[in-house]
Amino acid sequence: MDILQQLASDYTLRTVAAGAAVLGLTSGALGSFAVLRRQSLLGDAMSHAALPGIALAFLLTGSKAPLVLVLGAALAGWLGALLVLSVTRSSRVRMDSALGLLLSVFFGFGLVLLTIIQRRPDANQAGLESYLFGQAAALLAGDVLLMTAIALVTLFLLLAAWKECKLLAFDREFGESMGLGMRKADLLLTTLLVVSIVIGLQTVGVVLMSALLITPAAAARQWTDRLSTMVVLAGVFGALSGVTGAVLSATANRLPTGPVIVLCAGAMVALSLLAAPRRGVVWQRLREFRSGRRLRMDAVLLDLYALSAQHEVPGHPHDRRVLDMMARPTGAAKRSLRFLLERGYVVRTASREWALTEAGTERARELLRSPRGGGSGS
Amino acid sequence: MSAAQLEIQLVAVVVAAACALPGAFLVLRRMAMMSDAVSHSILPGIVVGFLLTGDLSSPWLIVGAAATGLVTVSLVEFIGRSRLLKEDAAIGIVFPVLFSVGVLLIARNAGDVHLDVDAVLLGEIAFAPFDRFAPLGLDLGPRSLWVMGGIALINLGFILLFYKELKVATFDAGLAAALGFAPALIHYLLMALVSVTAVGAFDAVGSILVVALMIGPPAAAYVLTDRLKTLLVLSVVIGGLSAIGGYWLARALDASIGGSMATVVGLAFAAAYLFAPERGLVAGALRRERQRRTFTERMLLVHLLQHERDPDRGITCRSEHLVEHLRWKPDVASDAVSRARRSGLVRIDEGVLALTPDGRAVAARAVEEL
Repeated sequence: MDILQQLASDYTLRTVAAGAAVLGLTSGALGSFAVLRRQSLLGDAMSHAALPGIALAFLLTGSKAPLVLVLGAALAGWLGALLVLSVTRSSRVRMDSALGLLLSVFFGFGLVLLTIIQRRPDANQAGLESYLFGQAAALLAGDVLLMTAIALVTLFLLLAAWKECKLLAFDREFGESMGLGMRKADLLLTTLLVVSIVIGLQTVGVVLMSALLITPAAAARQWTDRLSTMVVLAGVFGALSGVTGAVLSATANRLPTGPVIVLCAGAMVALSLLAAPRRGVVWQRLREFRSGRRLRMDAVLLDLYALSAQHEVPGHPHDRRVLDMMARPTGAAKRSLRFLLERGYVVRTASREWALTEAGTERARELLRSPRGGGSGS
Repeated sequence: MSAAQLEIQLVAVVVAAACALPGAFLVLRRMAMMSDAVSHSILPGIVVGFLLTGDLSSPWLIVGAAATGLVTVSLVEFIGRSRLLKEDAAIGIVFPVLFSVGVLLIARNAGDVHLDVDAVLLGEIAFAPFDRFAPLGLDLGPRSLWVMGGIALINLGFILLFYKELKVATFDAGLAAALGFAPALIHYLLMALVSVTAVGAFDAVGSILVVALMIGPPAAAYVLTDRLKTLLVLSVVIGGLSAIGGYWLARALDASIGGSMATVVGLAFAAAYLFAPERGLVAGALRRERQRRTFTERMLLVHLLQHERDPDRGITCRSEHLVEHLRWKPDVASDAVSRARRSGLVRIDEGVLALTPDGRAVAARAVEEL
C-alpha cells in the first residue's frame, strides 16, 4: 500500500514509472516479432550502433534536444541493421559475426566521437552519457509525453500492417507469393524496432535496451501459440516490469532503475520458462515422467501377456521375480504392477504371484495391435 | 616515442593477439555473439571476486569471472536445449540479466567497490603503464602486459595442444563425437578461455570493445582464407596491426584508444570485405563482369558460326541485328563486337560480321563444350 501511495504522490516516481511502462509496452510488442524472426540480437547490435549517431548528431548540430539525438541514433541504428543484412547476404560472414562486428565497431567509433566531444568547450556531455547507461530518474514529463506519442504511432502502424508483419514472422515466401509487400513490411518492422530502441536508450541505456526488447516477448511466447495474444502479453509483461522496476528502484536506496527493470523482466522469463502451462520445463518434466511411467507399465503388462501366452489359460499367474528380470531397469516391475492393479489389468493371486485379468488381456492385445506397438493412449 | 607509448602499444598488441585466437573459433562456430554475452556477464564475477578479496588485480577475480562466463554458457545451453527459446533469444536474455546483477552489486556496495561500470564497459588502456608489475622491487613493465601475455600464451598453448580436436569439433561436431574427442568438453574449455580472455582484457579495452578484437580480425581473416592455420595467423596479425593503427589514430584525434582500435578493426574488416582477392565484393563484381564478357563473346561467335553459310548473312550478321536477334542492348552488342575485333576473332567486311579462322576455332570449341 505504501508503494502505491508513493506512486500516486511522488511526481518523479510517477513520471519514471509511466515512462518505463510506455517503453516496456512498445518494446515488448515489437520484440515479439524480433524473437519470432530470430533477430533477438539485432536489437542489441542496433542499440550499440546508435551511439555514433547520437554523437554525430550533437557534433553537427550542437544541439542536445532529445529529438535531434533520437533522429541521429535512429539513422545510425538503421544504417547498422542495413549493413548487417548486406554483409551477410554478400559475403560468407555470418549473422553472428556481422552483429558482433557492427555493435563493437560502431560503439567504438561512437566512443571516439564522444571523447572528441568531451574536449569541446560546450561539452557538458551529461545528456550524452545518459544514453550509455540510461538515466530513468532524469526523465521529464515532456520526455514521457514524447515517448507516449511515438509509442502510439508505432502501435498504430503495427496494427495497420498487422497481416504483413504476421506473414513476415512466419512465412515470408508465402507472403511474397501472395504479392504482399514483404520488403516494405520488413522495412517498417526494422524502422519501428530502431525507433523503440532509440527512445529506450535514454531510460535503460545501451547494454540493457536489448533485454527490454526480447525478454518480455520471450516470456509471452511461453504462454500462448497465437501471435496476437503473444504481442499483447509481451506488451503487458514489458509494461509490468517497467513499473515494477521503477517502483522497486525508488523504494530501495541506491538502485539504478535500468538493471532493476531488466531483472524484473528476467524473473518473468524464468517463471514463464519453468511454469508456463504445457510448454514450461516443469510441465515438460512431468510429461516425461508420466509417459515414462506409462511405457514401463505397458512393458510389464506385455511381458505378463507374453508369459501367459505360453499357457492354456490366459490368466495363468507368474512370479514377480520373473517380471522383475524382464523389466528395464531390472527389478522395476513392482511399481508398474501396482499401477496395473489400480487399473484392474492384473490381479494378485499369491504373495508374489501376478496374473492378467480379462481387461488386462484385452489391453495387451490392443497395445500389440496399435501401430506404435504399445505405450500409447490411456 | 616514449617508453609509456611503447608499452601501451605493446599491451594493445598482446591484448589483440590474445583475443583473436579464441575469437577465430567463435567466428567459425557461429558463436560470435557469445563473446558479447560473456564479456558482459563476467561483471558479477568480477564484482564478487573483488568484494571477497578487496583487490582488483587478484587472480581470484579471473577465476570468478571465468566461472560466471561458464554459468552464462551453460544457462544459454540449458534454455536452448529445452527448445522453449531459440539460442539467440537465450543469449540476449541471459547476459543482460547477469550484467544487471553486476551493476546492482556495484551500486549496493558503492562504498566498498571502487569499480565503475564505465570502466568495465569502456576500459582505459592509457592507464596500463601506471600499474607496474614489480616483484621484489624489480620493475618488469606494466602488470597488464604480464597478465595478457600469460593469457595469450594459455590461449596459444590450448590451441596448439588441442589443434586437431578443435578443428574437427569446429567443422564436424558429429565426427568429433564419433572419434571420441568430446566436443562438449572442447566447447566448454574454449568458452572458459573466452571468459578468461575477456576478464584480462576488460580493463584495457572494456567489455564491448573486447568483442571487436575477438570477432573483427577473425571475421576479416575468414573472408581472406580457407585454411584454419592461415586464419589463425592472419587474425593475430590483423588484430595486432589494428591495435597499433588504433593507437596512432587515437593519438592523431586525441580520442579514446579502445574506441579507435575498434574503429580500425572495423576498417580492416571493411577493407577485407571489399578488396579480398577472391571473395571480396570488388573481386566478385569483376569476376562476374569478366564472366559476362566471356559469355557474350562466345554467344557472338557461336551466332556467327551458325549463320556463316546463311544466305541472309548480310542481314543476320550485322551488329544491329544482334540487338534484335539475341535481345542484347545496343551498347552491349557494339561493345562485344569491338572487343572480338580487337582480339582478332571477328572482322567486318562492309558492315557484315565474319569469323576469322581464330574466331571459328573458338566458336567450334564453345559449341563442343556445350
